[in-house]
Amino acid sequence: MKSFTYERPTSPAEAAAAVARTPEARFIAGGTNLLDLMKLQIETPRHLVDVNGLGLDTVEPTEEGGLRIGALVRNTDLAAHPRVRKDYGVLARALLAGASGQLRNKATTAGNLLQRTRCPYFYDTAQACNKRQPGSGCAALDGVSRQLAVIGGSEACIATYPGDMAVAMRVLDAQVETIDAAGAARNIPIAEFHRLPGDDPARDTNLKPGELITAVTLPKPVAGTHIYRKVRDRASYAFALVSVAAILRKDGSGHVAFGGVAHKPWRVEAAEADLPKGAKAVTDKVFADAKPTHENAYKLKLAERTLGAALNQARA
Amino acid sequence: MVGATAPAAAARTDEPVLVKVTFTVNGQRRDLELDTRTSLLDAAREHLHLTGSKKGCDHGQCGACTMIVDGRRINACLTLAIMHQGAEITTIEGLGQPDHLHPMQAAFVKHDGYQCGYCTPGQICSGVAVLEEITAGIPSHVTADLEAAPQVTEAEIRERMSGNICRCGAYSNIVAAMTEVAGARA
Repeated sequence: MKSFTYERPTSPAEAAAAVARTPEARFIAGGTNLLDLMKLQIETPRHLVDVNGLGLDTVEPTEEGGLRIGALVRNTDLAAHPRVRKDYGVLARALLAGASGQLRNKATTAGNLLQRTRCPYFYDTAQACNKRQPGSGCAALDGVSRQLAVIGGSEACIATYPGDMAVAMRVLDAQVETIDAAGAARNIPIAEFHRLPGDDPARDTNLKPGELITAVTLPKPVAGTHIYRKVRDRASYAFALVSVAAILRKDGSGHVAFGGVAHKPWRVEAAEADLPKGAKAVTDKVFADAKPTHENAYKLKLAERTLGAALNQARA
Repeated sequence: MVGATAPAAAARTDEPVLVKVTFTVNGQRRDLELDTRTSLLDAAREHLHLTGSKKGCDHGQCGACTMIVDGRRINACLTLAIMHQGAEITTIEGLGQPDHLHPMQAAFVKHDGYQCGYCTPGQICSGVAVLEEITAGIPSHVTADLEAAPQVTEAEIRERMSGNICRCGAYSNIVAAMTEVAGARA
């Protein structure tokens, strides 16, 4: 690991300003992803701004009947929160499907949104990777791509966003609240928070340098059966090959987002009207522009069948 | 601002940056001055000579480093020691001693919950915390009803212990040990 200096500010604006003014500075919250990447020298910050002293660790009702989740609420606490378990089951289920108990005790809401891809070529510093080293190429395109994106990728990158929580937040139409170095706050719809790789895969999100996530807000609850189905290589503690976050009603109507298939949680609202017709009608539309590799084309059928299983679960 | 150091000059030097930190380990206050890069695991093993907690993968994948920090189990390899100013840390050495075993340690011995023993300190720290998590009503991936209180079942134990790998494959005996401790407690 490269050496770095460290500070622990006590206000969000101070933290945002500290990262903005210091070259190669990064925020650190739970640290479970960043420190892993620093040990491998994939991330080499010169300065860490520890945000754990900022508060931002409560879950509170909003005036609109939704929830405001502080950026530093731990994954364990969010999944165990009574309102989340009662009204946002898809979110609790997604959180509990991710990582291990030890990691969920440390990992934060904001940090989970910002976790980086697990593409094996991003992790292997001997390989070409435009996300890790812009301009070096993408070894995944002709490589081992079984876990990688089937839609929304580019000639520069076919990495996936690895998380579960954000897939549930996508189907819940969450908003990400931030503050920038000048102290200005803004709300970013979750649909616009993560980016597609295009020709600049190094940028995972649309956050500006130094911009700090302060909270995630959920609108009022959506009625229906809340389901998160995750298909992975083992029963626990593995990333999704495909996941489905869905809110489904008995009449077949509902909402659905997919994880493990793209550089961001993948949702096509226009396809949701076809949910009463069954899984294939929906996934044909959702994945109409898919460009799978020879190794990951299975994800298209897997997405259809996983949605089909979710539809069956909702009807049961 | 707490524990601040001056931001580095523009040139990268790779000189170690030392920061003071104070926390409580197994009930004893410890004052250390550490390289900012020191993980909580390395602080315990290399600086405090508490070598019970093990370094397996050093990337949060195996759970051998599991400690209980402020009442919660975490991977000590994936956190910086300097981020734990004022924390209450329990390692395997703080749970029990050879002449006064923690009930979970005694149950691991009784049920043969290990072979080589390398993962065992992490398994035991995690096992103790898992039973507390169930008692506290924290749900898991296999909890059928999110709004009901989770129960101590084999499925719950196996799911909750998935962050602790045992390459000798002592899992079934670990489940037996944890089940006994949970039953004794109920």
